[in-house]
Amino acid sequence: MSSSESPTSVTGTARVKRGMAEMLKGGVIMDVVTPEQAKIAEDAGAVAVMALERVPADIRAQGGVSRMSDPDMIDGIISAVSIPVMAKARIGHFVEAQVLQSLGVDYVDESEVLTPADYANHIDKWAFTVPFVCGATNLGEALRRITEGAAMIRSKGEAGTGDVSNATTHMRTIRGEIRRLTSLAEDELFVAAKELQAPYDLVKEVAAAGKLPVVMFTAGGIATPADAAMMMQLGAEGVFVGSGIFKSGNPAQRAAAIVKAVTFHDDPDVIAKVSRGLGEAMVGINVEEIPQPHRLAERGW
Amino acid sequence: MNIGVLALQGDVREHLSALAESDVLARPVRRPEELDQVDALVIPGGESTTMSNLAITFGLLEPIRKRIAGGMPVYGSCAGMIMLATTVLDGRPDQESFAGIDMTVRRNAFGRQVDSFEAGVAIDDIPGDDFHAVFIRAPWVEQVGPEVSVLGRVTSGPAAGRIVAVRQGNLLATAFHPELTGDLRVHRYFVEIVRQS
Repeated sequence: MSSSESPTSVTGTARVKRGMAEMLKGGVIMDVVTPEQAKIAEDAGAVAVMALERVPADIRAQGGVSRMSDPDMIDGIISAVSIPVMAKARIGHFVEAQVLQSLGVDYVDESEVLTPADYANHIDKWAFTVPFVCGATNLGEALRRITEGAAMIRSKGEAGTGDVSNATTHMRTIRGEIRRLTSLAEDELFVAAKELQAPYDLVKEVAAAGKLPVVMFTAGGIATPADAAMMMQLGAEGVFVGSGIFKSGNPAQRAAAIVKAVTFHDDPDVIAKVSRGLGEAMVGINVEEIPQPHRLAERGW
Repeated sequence: MNIGVLALQGDVREHLSALAESDVLARPVRRPEELDQVDALVIPGGESTTMSNLAITFGLLEPIRKRIAGGMPVYGSCAGMIMLATTVLDGRPDQESFAGIDMTVRRNAFGRQVDSFEAGVAIDDIPGDDFHAVFIRAPWVEQVGPEVSVLGRVTSGPAAGRIVAVRQGNLLATAFHPELTGDLRVHRYFVEIVRQS
């Protein structure tokens, strides 16, 4: 590209937003609720932390409306660590997202773990300089989020359970739907776009590339190094760990173990080694035992 | 010629494809024995504190330092530039680097993600138009030793004049990510360094 096309510097482009997620690949992003936890996460080798008021397990246990965190708490975490800091806004709550951008967070998670603020619309993420990550249970949902400007996708699991089964279901669904698209004839992609409820151009791009145009992590229910490694082998490009670390017996050691297991996700010897002596994993809840209205992954449309 | 990409964390795939498009055999390196099989190394973009942590844990820090001292060509982008610096500012106190290029690098120097930007950068030694450079929570170089050539600076915007590309012998570093833009000139320049080494 010639210099005449880029006379000045520009911020907030799709490339720097999506590029930021590329830099997180092969890494672990950890939920933290205090500066002390953020330091433990950074010490363990996290590529970023997710600042939130309550981890999903507590949101689930305590109930009530769950919102963006207190700005003081986010500031405290931003000054405690040098790695990127993400924070959650409610689905559709564009003002919470504006506040998070103004606080200087590095990524906003428009998250189903918080109580949705809009049951029809997600945030118009193109309007922001800060990039967004959004959850998805299937390819259509992922492509709708990308259309709204998401620069990173995380396949949803059932947050706060320590049960990895939903994470595997959603990752397999998304990857399977992408594989199916790559097998379709070009004139079949119009109907595929209709069925996916996603724009044709984006569907065509995914069919040609065999992957999403943005990085895809996994999230929800990951509690052990083996859980994280399995999700990587299933095609995740990195892992969000929520309650799994700080609801366990030895968070520092478990955090470090999950970081190592993600890098060496295809090496059972390493995973076996790092899985030793971690103490209690989070107790967990079986997703099947959670009544339908309390399942977080089903929020988002 | 075998070029490895340090695959502890970061945008490994983009560097592997940029090298493949530059017609060289590239492979990921995560273990000391994989390092032994390559003639040169690329350190990708990513989180430098994570890379440092994993390089220490998995026994790569000293072997890579030794190979660099022995003349192995290395190219680092962004976090890779930090990993090549002798002095890192605004890093973690326990952060280690491969300490190849005699320079002081400031981590996240341009600011947080909302300050990440694209801008033009001219690179000495690489002919053609300015690079359309992508900076993501990028570092800059604050000081260089006598052996280091400054190859590029930001040419426009508020950060104009900042050093963002350097070379010392067989070691090359950029604060930006040519692997994200499909412009292969930096990778080809590095491959040429490897050929001549």
